Amino acid sequence: MKGTQRRVRPKRNLKKEIYRDRYLLLMLVPVLLYYVIFCYLPMSGLVMAFNQYQIGSGLRGIFTAKFVGLRWFRQFFGSIYLRRLVRNTFLLQLYSLIFGFPVPILFAIAVTQVPRRKVRRRIQIVTYLPYFISTVVVCGMITNFLSPSGGIVNHLLNRLGYESINFLNLPEWFRTIYVVSGIWQGFGFNSIVFVASIMTIPRDLFEAMKVDGASRMQIIRNLILPSIRPTVILILIMTLGTMMSVGFEKVYLLYNTAVYETADVIQTYVYRQGIQSSNFSYAAAVGLFNSVINFAIVFVANRISRKVSDVALW
Amino acid sequence: MSHSGKTQKTLNRYLSRWDRRLERELARFRRKTPGEKVFDLLVWVFLCFGVVICAYPFLYVLSVSLSSGEAVNKGQVWLLPVGLSLDSLVTVLTFRQLWVSFGNTVLYTVAGTALNLLMTCLAAYPLSRHRFFLRRQVNFLITLTMYFSGGLIPIYIVVTKLGLYNSRWAMILPVLISAFNVMICRSAFEGLPEDLFEEAAIEGANDLYIFGRIAVPLIKPTLAVLTLYYGVARYNDFYSAMLYISDPKKEPLQLFLRRVLLQASMEITQTTGLDMAAMSQYTIQIRYVCIVLSVVPILVIIPIVHRYLIQGAMIGAVKG
Repeated sequence: MKGTQRRVRPKRNLKKEIYRDRYLLLMLVPVLLYYVIFCYLPMSGLVMAFNQYQIGSGLRGIFTAKFVGLRWFRQFFGSIYLRRLVRNTFLLQLYSLIFGFPVPILFAIAVTQVPRRKVRRRIQIVTYLPYFISTVVVCGMITNFLSPSGGIVNHLLNRLGYESINFLNLPEWFRTIYVVSGIWQGFGFNSIVFVASIMTIPRDLFEAMKVDGASRMQIIRNLILPSIRPTVILILIMTLGTMMSVGFEKVYLLYNTAVYETADVIQTYVYRQGIQSSNFSYAAAVGLFNSVINFAIVFVANRISRKVSDVALW
Repeated sequence: MSHSGKTQKTLNRYLSRWDRRLERELARFRRKTPGEKVFDLLVWVFLCFGVVICAYPFLYVLSVSLSSGEAVNKGQVWLLPVGLSLDSLVTVLTFRQLWVSFGNTVLYTVAGTALNLLMTCLAAYPLSRHRFFLRRQVNFLITLTMYFSGGLIPIYIVVTKLGLYNSRWAMILPVLISAFNVMICRSAFEGLPEDLFEEAAIEGANDLYIFGRIAVPLIKPTLAVLTLYYGVARYNDFYSAMLYISDPKKEPLQLFLRRVLLQASMEITQTTGLDMAAMSQYTIQIRYVCIVLSVVPILVIIPIVHRYLIQGAMIGAVKG
């Protein structure tokens, strides 16, 4: 072994290295403590998806409970929930992606057409503010605006001569509400990245195109779009990474039993099964199923992206 | 008299400035080809639409909260307050639990963000030192958590079995470090000139000294961005509170808001001593007042830190 591998570096002296980096190690102590307790302990706690965790058995119970193999997974795959949850989770994200992804890019291009810096700044501030409002408040606004008693939307409908619609109790409306409010909240903030990336294009390129007599549309098509392509792809992969992790809080705060058909997603099901009904092992198994799908999607998206372009997360 | 004359003068100057500006814009507009004019118009319609749909809901909520109850019930409020009245504002402002929960939120936000920053720097600095012998291993350990986590249930069990249920620490500890922010912070440290560290080391400074006295002060702009992100996340944190806090004395603002806004809690309206019918009409106004009050801190702070926000987005775009 030693003969075949020739080391370029001199032999490492672990003791010396530890001594040299002792302060760095000291700094990492609280960090590692955090990661072990709040990230890796729960991660290893995923074994509970394969055993029968008892509520009263404490932390150690996670690792000592009776092994049941794939029982919880089989139970989930055999239930009526699997199809509905996967479909809802996937569709909510897919619609958000299809309708929501182009909006910030278009908006960013529009913003950068404004010549005055101060005006651009004001437009940006107003449009990205909703992003920083808490989910609770956003859902509060949605619920109260759409309320059939005193909500402004139904009030407007009545004025126009239509009947009130109880939006949040109708399954066919849930996806629209979720996606539209998501776009509303995010387009301004998400456009910041694209504005920033358009602003880094050298000014002389714009001037040169103008001198050559290019129209504004041509400038957008031939200069702006190609320049922001890497940013667009990168953001797209990152968004794909969250494909199967719907904003749990928002669904949880907006849905009710009347709209489970279109609104119930994997995460809310995990919450109901685990926290509310105390089926911890089963819920952990469903959660693990979700994580694995998520990871697979990021992995594939990253692979594809690395092949078709040079942009990749890792 | 002289005072109003002065005001008039200032106003005139202001108006004439706007006049000139408008003329200039118009002149610029006239020089354009018809195609460009249409293009400009479309861009402006699009931008105005964006601005209006973002601003209107907040304006509406504000107007309802400041209108008289009567006008709200008749549905007369569309844009600006009708029959100005501060009754509902006063009712909410004198409600004790609002202040209890707000105080808790301030505590969680300040303490939480401070600890977030400290821990993020502590994690990022060793990762930025190329000679550090565990660099790759620790880096992997942290990056992995960006893509994979134990998930809701195991984390919930760990936190509650550690005895943190209904403890203020449960609002702070489980979300101490965001791996993504560590990466941003690390690249900020890496961006500092290497000579700086070498020289300091030759002078006999140890890593702790270099970290605290040289490196951290030099990445202040990045830290400002991180403060913003962590701070907003802390202020808006509902998830941890929903899972771990049930004691009203320790609940943060978001939990209180959820009860009032979404769970039709009558706790505030009950204090007004109205009868049931009047109370239910009053509810929506009370809710809007709560929305206004909770949003004010964000509306005040965000425009001030606009510069850092844009910087943050740039870091995100470069770093990915």
